[in-house]
Amino acid sequence: MIAMDETDISFFKDGFRLDGRRADELRPVKMEVGILARADGSCYIEMGGNKVIAAVYGPREVHPRHLQEVTRAIVRYRYNMASFSVEERKRPGPDRRSYELSKVSREALEPVILTSYFPRSVIDVFVEVLQADAGTRTAGINAASVALADAGIPMKSMISACAAGKVANTIVLDPMKEEDNFGQADLPIAMTPNGDITLMQMDGNLTRDEMHQAVEMAMKGCIDIYEIQRKSLVDKYSQLEAPTEEVQACD
Amino acid sequence: MDRKVVVPGDLLSEDAKRSGEGTFVKGGKVFSLLYGLANYRDRINVIPLAGKYVPAAGDNVIGIVKDITFSNWIVDINSPYDGLLHISEFPKRIESEEMSKYLRIGSSIMTKVKDVDPTMKVEMTLNDRKLGLIKTGRVIEISHTRVPRLIGKGGSMISMLKKEVNCNIFVGQNGRIWINGGAEDMDLAIRTILLIEKEAHTNGLTDRIVDFLKKEKGARS
Repeated sequence: MIAMDETDISFFKDGFRLDGRRADELRPVKMEVGILARADGSCYIEMGGNKVIAAVYGPREVHPRHLQEVTRAIVRYRYNMASFSVEERKRPGPDRRSYELSKVSREALEPVILTSYFPRSVIDVFVEVLQADAGTRTAGINAASVALADAGIPMKSMISACAAGKVANTIVLDPMKEEDNFGQADLPIAMTPNGDITLMQMDGNLTRDEMHQAVEMAMKGCIDIYEIQRKSLVDKYSQLEAPTEEVQACD
Repeated sequence: MDRKVVVPGDLLSEDAKRSGEGTFVKGGKVFSLLYGLANYRDRINVIPLAGKYVPAAGDNVIGIVKDITFSNWIVDINSPYDGLLHISEFPKRIESEEMSKYLRIGSSIMTKVKDVDPTMKVEMTLNDRKLGLIKTGRVIEISHTRVPRLIGKGGSMISMLKKEVNCNIFVGQNGRIWINGGAEDMDLAIRTILLIEKEAHTNGLTDRIVDFLKKEKGARS
């Protein structure tokens, strides 16, 4: 290592990444369903260092009234970062970035929601980022999709989201903060488990081949995340069905 | 009974003819629309575990008057859509000025959905002997998705409950329930209903509720 400027930190050590992952490995994911009592549906997710809460309200009456659609429900998605979610305090409130993420995330979820079942109503999705570590939009979409299911909203399928990136000329899955900040590209996607992509964004440069490779890798990541989403939803009710016997722990 | 927790998009059957409530057909296969319990009978129905009440014509519901206009009472029916109770649907003829004499803002009423149009205008009626203003008793609220379980197959659960707790009970499809009886009986009825709500997705519920009632009543006497 000669020049130690930021773009040149070594991302790989003995074939492993800075946090010990392989190139095609996800960060650990933890999900909890129904954590908010007041919301109709909710989900808390941890994806690596990201901590995100999603809450769904509705279908409910639309305010302000002029936004109402006569034949279908509208979907509102609010992505918001807490001021303490990043190292340097973020000025609270919506900014250009969060407007954009709200829009693309809404458009990632809307195609699977059967809005025609609830004319003249609104489905509100609130996503609050408590701690950010690269990939908050994908974490938000994953949590929102679970929260929508938890709220009993009819959907054609779940949505799972995951990013791929390029660092040190290698395609990696689910970049963490260092790789995102100093990497060469970032490509978040969201899709249904069937492989229909509902969101794709790219930041940086990829060649044609790299792009294919990155999309394929991110899609594999989405499938893994889908399994976790599914499991957390199924577990919420099976844990009630069979009373757990755990009391014999410490003697 | 074959039941399974499913999430939206789960493949339920290869046979499109078995598509029931809470499912959809794509490419000749049946998929789940909802997060809920799949019920495999002739048809596959998915019973939701959560969700808002959407009114349908013929439903008996409990509403709360929230506003009075020139000729309508606007009724909150625990749904994204408000109910409209027209003055002519009141059992007797009344004048517009006198509407608040009969049903005031805040009054609870047992009412029925008369009609729902495609824009979700919900028309209510009080023209039935068992409908009308609630004057005594208590109203509690559970999730409307648990109502079928509370009623039971052919009304088995609710008629058993009525007999056991010695209360008059009116179950609204919107999840509001009116209970009328002695104070202690009502307490027991409410506890039982909340238990049913909590365990609605489990098997053999009626038997367990009978046991629960036996124990509770044994403790009392």
